Amino acid sequence: MSLRGKAACVGLATAGCGEAPGRNAMELMAEAVVRALDDAQIPLAKVDGLFAATAFHSMAAMSLAEHLGIQPKFSDGSNIGGSSFMAHALMAAMALDAGLIEVAVIAYGSNQRTAGGFKSISEPMPFEAIYGPRNPITAYALATSRYCHEFGATREDLAEVAVSARAWANLNPEAFARGPLGVADVTGARMISDPLGKLDCCLVTDGAAAIVLTRPERAKDGPRTPVYLLGAAMEHHHRMISAMPSLTTTAAAASGPRAFAMAGCTPADMDTVQLYDAFTINTILFLEDLGFCAKGEGKDFVRRGRIAPGGALAVNTNGGGLSCVHPGMYGLFVTIEAIRQIRAAAGDDEGPREPGGWIPGARLSLAHGNGGVLSSQVTSIWGHGDTL
Amino acid sequence: MEAGYFDGPGPEARFKAYLAEGRFMIQRSRSNGAHVFYPRVAMPGTGEADLDWVEASGLGTVYATTCNRARPEHGGDYNIALIDLDEGPRMMARVEGIAPDAVTIGMRVRATIGEIKGEPAVIFQPEGAS
Repeated sequence: MSLRGKAACVGLATAGCGEAPGRNAMELMAEAVVRALDDAQIPLAKVDGLFAATAFHSMAAMSLAEHLGIQPKFSDGSNIGGSSFMAHALMAAMALDAGLIEVAVIAYGSNQRTAGGFKSISEPMPFEAIYGPRNPITAYALATSRYCHEFGATREDLAEVAVSARAWANLNPEAFARGPLGVADVTGARMISDPLGKLDCCLVTDGAAAIVLTRPERAKDGPRTPVYLLGAAMEHHHRMISAMPSLTTTAAAASGPRAFAMAGCTPADMDTVQLYDAFTINTILFLEDLGFCAKGEGKDFVRRGRIAPGGALAVNTNGGGLSCVHPGMYGLFVTIEAIRQIRAAAGDDEGPREPGGWIPGARLSLAHGNGGVLSSQVTSIWGHGDTL
Repeated sequence: MEAGYFDGPGPEARFKAYLAEGRFMIQRSRSNGAHVFYPRVAMPGTGEADLDWVEASGLGTVYATTCNRARPEHGGDYNIALIDLDEGPRMMARVEGIAPDAVTIGMRVRATIGEIKGEPAVIFQPEGAS
């Protein structure tokens, strides 16, 4: 039995994106849940499925349920890094389809920026820690070095990713990092771990997010355009970067085709593509591994504004983790942007963006999550009701 | 599996004890001959409980490399690399004896046992360096 179309997002919200002084991670996460339920016009007491993971709570779903005062029949706090929330959507769809629950909420919250900076969920990696890697950056820098070696990519190619993300952020009043950014600004920024400089790295912000899922038969009852989960698939091959089989091919090469097969569509069908861009290399690797271009061609694919506003493919249209928001684990924000593009195109009020910031006619969006050090990969595909 | 295979210190403790004696030891599966690093209780993927300890040749090739930038007062820049050992497995390590940003992919390297923060550690040098 396929899970295609068996769960629909009927509400969503973010809270405290950017800087949220004076509020803790749980408070931000609970605010996002309350706002998402208001968006869906579903009372809190109806929520019987809860999914959450953060870097601040070892048992996030239980802590969140307690804070909200609800008693879930099914909850899951699996943590596979930033892609956890795409995995939660897959599990929520299974639980909804099996009749275990009626209303699922997936949530995340972080106040890492105002709490003092990047908050890692990671324990030291055995057999790596002694060498002093600054993870996750060191791991992504190693992958970047290998990619550049194998395919002749340059720091300028990587910079194109950051420049395109910023161009999208400049259309989005909700984005944290706005203003002009050129390739020379990125390549000239302070080096962190060669070949990655400061502007090859994602933001360190606060932020919370939540989405509400129901079965399709009740999805049309709410005020918002329902957006359906058409396909989702996960895979992971390693935990430590030293155990990654090839640093230039991620497990997205496996999760992507399975998600597309479930959804019954192809990369060429996607109206918007939201990729977890913790570092500039991510966007290039995922465009390749998910089938938008061949291996080694990602560096060419991102040149000359082809993933910028007005380009060939609408990628990371909120500004991404590089320029919009990145509160430690970014996956739920990736998902929310994928869904909001479809809602905006259907006429829902998603707030103002500069012309071109909302993609006209968007019906299908891909939301791809990444966790750990290019470790866990979870691909999800969302669609308007017309695509069912 | 052999009686007593799981007795005594675990693979991590044994690896570190060998290192403290100045020996860089890796594992090899008796049944299929494949080498293993990092140390495991059984052959990854098959679970075959037949890993023996063997001396690593210490020779390898840089697979990926980065220079972590740090201010001099914080110890200065340092290298981190992934090394493909000639026996097959890949490991994280540092290449020293060369500027940390001069390490290149494909460079042949040889293991030495040095120290990082008072702990013995496998550290590589470019082959041919004295």
